[in-house]
Amino acid sequence: MKNPVMTASGTFGYGTEFLDFMDLSRIGGIIVKGTTLRERQGNPYPRMAETPSGMLNAVGLQNKGTQYFIEHIYPDIKDYDTSIFVNVSGSSIEEYVEIAEKINELDKIPGIELNISCPNVKEGGMAFGVSCPLASEVVKAVRKVYHKELMVKLSPNVTDVAEIARAVEYEGADSVSLINTLLGMAVNAKTRKPVLSTITGGLSGPAVKPIALRMVWQVANAVKIPVVGLGGIMNANDAIEFMLVGASAVQIGTASFIDPAISVKIVEGINAYLDENGFVSAREIVGAMEV
Amino acid sequence: MKKFILDLTVVDNVRLNYQYVLLKLTHSEKLPPVLPGQFAEVRVDGSSETFLRRPISINFIDTLRNELWLLIQVVGAGTRQLASLRQGDMLNMIFPLGNTFTVPAVKNAKIALIGGGVGVAPLLMYGEWLYRKGFECNFMIGARSREDLLQLDEFSKYGHVFTTTEDGTHGEKGYITQHSLLNTPDFDYIFTCGPTPMMKAVSRYAQENGIFCEASLENTMACGIGSCLCCVTDTTEGNLCVCTEGPIFNVTKLKWQI
Repeated sequence: MKNPVMTASGTFGYGTEFLDFMDLSRIGGIIVKGTTLRERQGNPYPRMAETPSGMLNAVGLQNKGTQYFIEHIYPDIKDYDTSIFVNVSGSSIEEYVEIAEKINELDKIPGIELNISCPNVKEGGMAFGVSCPLASEVVKAVRKVYHKELMVKLSPNVTDVAEIARAVEYEGADSVSLINTLLGMAVNAKTRKPVLSTITGGLSGPAVKPIALRMVWQVANAVKIPVVGLGGIMNANDAIEFMLVGASAVQIGTASFIDPAISVKIVEGINAYLDENGFVSAREIVGAMEV
Repeated sequence: MKKFILDLTVVDNVRLNYQYVLLKLTHSEKLPPVLPGQFAEVRVDGSSETFLRRPISINFIDTLRNELWLLIQVVGAGTRQLASLRQGDMLNMIFPLGNTFTVPAVKNAKIALIGGGVGVAPLLMYGEWLYRKGFECNFMIGARSREDLLQLDEFSKYGHVFTTTEDGTHGEKGYITQHSLLNTPDFDYIFTCGPTPMMKAVSRYAQENGIFCEASLENTMACGIGSCLCCVTDTTEGNLCVCTEGPIFNVTKLKWQI
């Protein structure tokens, strides 16, 4: 990757939506929308609730499926001058494996992000990410068939995130990314009904940043593989904080909804910080927090 | 159409009544092209309460003055802040977003633009556009009371205006879908925007009478550019984003419970 700034899955579409606003070649990577084996319609509307300094979503992995991605989306995005990762989500281990095998065939996709942490689907998703044995099993199975960069996206909805991180590292994950959204909910007092059709949803935005930072720090101290930090990063300073606690790279999520060009601004901001503080490379600030 | 992120400057904030303001905005350079029915994602102030942008219909483009108008109904923290903007304040907007209305196939088509509440906003711009292209428009506007009827003087520049109020203080008494003009269903095109129950009633009327009908939806949104998939509506083609596949949909495509 040319720099440590990526865009988070489910917040940046396939990159094409952002072409009017920024030059995709300026960012380190794009993690495209969660891809499942078959097409998914996602959850019914309403799927979003604005909350203090954040938002809840319950999209539920709406996408057209792996084959559609390969035939209709991949040809349009494969020549972007940035690293494109596919976020892979399954409802069973067999499904994860099948998708990974198919994506493995795509030359211009250097890696996948294994989504074992989506809180908005009934089957699979987060279930794999909140149990050490299941997380191990799915990573082990995918590792056998997937030969490029295998990043595993972890759920914050666990008691001990470091334990899960160690388990997936042991099974051969090349890196971990965290955090996916925190399970939350919103209620409308006027109608006395839940705001989301699914009642609960995933919380993102600056509201979750302190929790994300803490978890990234815990995981960075627990594993040797690179850690990719995300959760409420709104500006370069937030991204630098994640790197200082041990993230080798960061992902920008909800912030892109508010400023579609924010990821490039964060690249520039990190570079300015490195220059101002006499660092030659972003690697020098990874884990550089002094306690 | 190319989308822009621009800081526009408030030229005027016209208080229309107790609940509505009209913001007139301009830019140092010529405003980008906007089609009728398109909207903007407006940055309120990014405070914790108004974290996300607000999707707001573009009410009108005054090309001579290089002005873009937004009709704002004060409903919550975000719109309250927008309503308090003053001349010279800046507003960060992403636009133009979304699709546009279908242009009627024949010049002598009988057209109704049916709106209610803040939903009249895109109909003004479309009405003016149709008027300039030589179409004759019938604006049908419903409101609770006389004071809730918005921009009637503007609408009357571009066509015939018919109103209903629930309390009978202006036009016919009742809902706009009960207006006597609809007793003879000889419209060729109906375009509607307003509260969902009103649009559903209009949609039912159009479908029962075989009239071409498009509705402009206003689902809650996060990104406005089709990347978050939050604002979907259920259609015959599955869940579609209102921000990119809409906001304007042919009503036969919508799986509304009508």
